[in-house]
Amino acid sequence: MRGQPSLCDVLTPQSLQEALSLRVAHPEARPLAGGTDLMVPFAAGRLPDRLFLNLWGLEELRGITVSDGEVTCGALTLFREIAVHPLMQREFPNLVRSAKVTGALAIQSRGSLGGNIANGSPAADTPPSLLVYGSELQLTSLRGSRWVPYADFHTGYKRSLLAPDELITLIRLARLGDGGFHYFRKVGTRQAQAISKVSLAAWARTGNGQIQELRIALGSVAPMPIRARGAEKALLGRSVTNPPLDAALEALQADISPIDDLRSSAQFRRKVAGNLLADMLRGLVSA
Amino acid sequence: MATQKIPLELTVNGEARQALVHPMARLLDVIREDFGLTGTKEGCGEGECGACSVILDGSLVNACLVPAVQAQGSTLRTVEGLAGVDLSPLQEAFLHHGGAQCGFCTPGMLVAGTHLLETDAVQDEAKAREGLSGNLCRCTGYVKIVDALLAAREGRS
Ligand SMILES: Cc1cc2nc3c(=O)[nH]c(=O)nc-3n(C[C@H](O)[C@H](O)[C@H](O)COP(=O)(O)OP(=O)(O)OC[C@H]3O[C@@H](n4cnc5c(N)ncnc54)[C@H](O)[C@@H]3O)c2cc1C
Repeated sequence: MRGQPSLCDVLTPQSLQEALSLRVAHPEARPLAGGTDLMVPFAAGRLPDRLFLNLWGLEELRGITVSDGEVTCGALTLFREIAVHPLMQREFPNLVRSAKVTGALAIQSRGSLGGNIANGSPAADTPPSLLVYGSELQLTSLRGSRWVPYADFHTGYKRSLLAPDELITLIRLARLGDGGFHYFRKVGTRQAQAISKVSLAAWARTGNGQIQELRIALGSVAPMPIRARGAEKALLGRSVTNPPLDAALEALQADISPIDDLRSSAQFRRKVAGNLLADMLRGLVSA
Repeated sequence: MATQKIPLELTVNGEARQALVHPMARLLDVIREDFGLTGTKEGCGEGECGACSVILDGSLVNACLVPAVQAQGSTLRTVEGLAGVDLSPLQEAFLHHGGAQCGFCTPGMLVAGTHLLETDAVQDEAKAREGLSGNLCRCTGYVKIVDALLAAREGRS
């Protein structure tokens, strides 16, 4: 079966306000951002939706804004914009790296940060970085706007806090200042254009030879992107040069719950997740 | 029940073009069927292979993933627009280096390569390979394509 454009209609609001009204008037309309997730099942005839809410032209959802304490990205910020943004490169290198390994250039020129989040794939590449940077999401409806920690957003496989009348409007990152250690690595079948089998992002700050602050997050090892709180706890306050690797690896195995699927096996994912943690700690020592 | 078509207006390779299309029609189908520009190919139809690469408002995109409605009013360049009276330097370099074999990926390679050259994203071989990583070729092994791109960048053919 092929997609059937002749059966589908699109609502194209001219403003965010109009988009939010349409969200109420047509709750069945599927938000459509860059389309890099939606167009694949659509063209294959696997998408049940018949009505779409076209967000692409909404200037209010675009752009990266920098202020003293934070950086705010519109939901329609494209991977390409993140990848080439000098301040993002300096202060949020994990997010830049994850944007650069999301698909290839043509995907990065169309795919949005909001779409990556809303799509809810446990394998998405920016979520681990968003988690370690403690980001927050602005969810907006005609009822108003609310900020939620991104760590709370996904409530299960493809489930989230987003209400049917809401859109993701902004993604906010608190600036962490210089001197931190940033790590992101994705393991897929090939370098470009591959969905992750496992990904791991980390951010740390060290002092007096100790790991003083540490956040670790992973993709593709649970029903949603997750923080590895157990592994973090095993390592916090411990020696940078001689961290308790075995205890951290054991805790990590309890943090994650990977499955067998078409891309990889649970066993392989457990092994690779551990290898990435060890690789991250090696990087931390030599940082 | 069929939905209404919309009048789509685009600048295609420098010319104003119009078509009456369904809003969720793929830009790829509009290009091939409504504009009759069949240089843009359909490979995988899911954004993996780059055979349908086009330049939309200055960005490299896969035409199979763009719904027509999102191309309204935009400026589109397809492979047909790359040559002037003469072939472009990149096209010449493809000929010279044997960058095409079966030819199916070639339009996408040329469009992506042109975009990379125009955005100065071909500083070295690694960059060239990274830039073309969304364009699959099952014949050449990529070496000749990358050679052609680097040659065009240096103004050699
Ligand atoms: C060839 C290919 C390679 C890819 N490689 C990767 C990869 O390596 N890593 C990766 O993470 N992803 C990858 N993707 C998936 C995709 O590109 C990303 O998930 C992208 O971020 C989706 O963004 P979009 O704007 O295109 O979303 P769309 O397809 O427009 O929408 C995706 C979902 O989000 C919803 N949505 C979008 N915006 C909002 C909003 N503001 N508020 C509420 N809901 C919203 C839509 O309703 C839909 O459910 C790939 C896709 C393709 C086709």
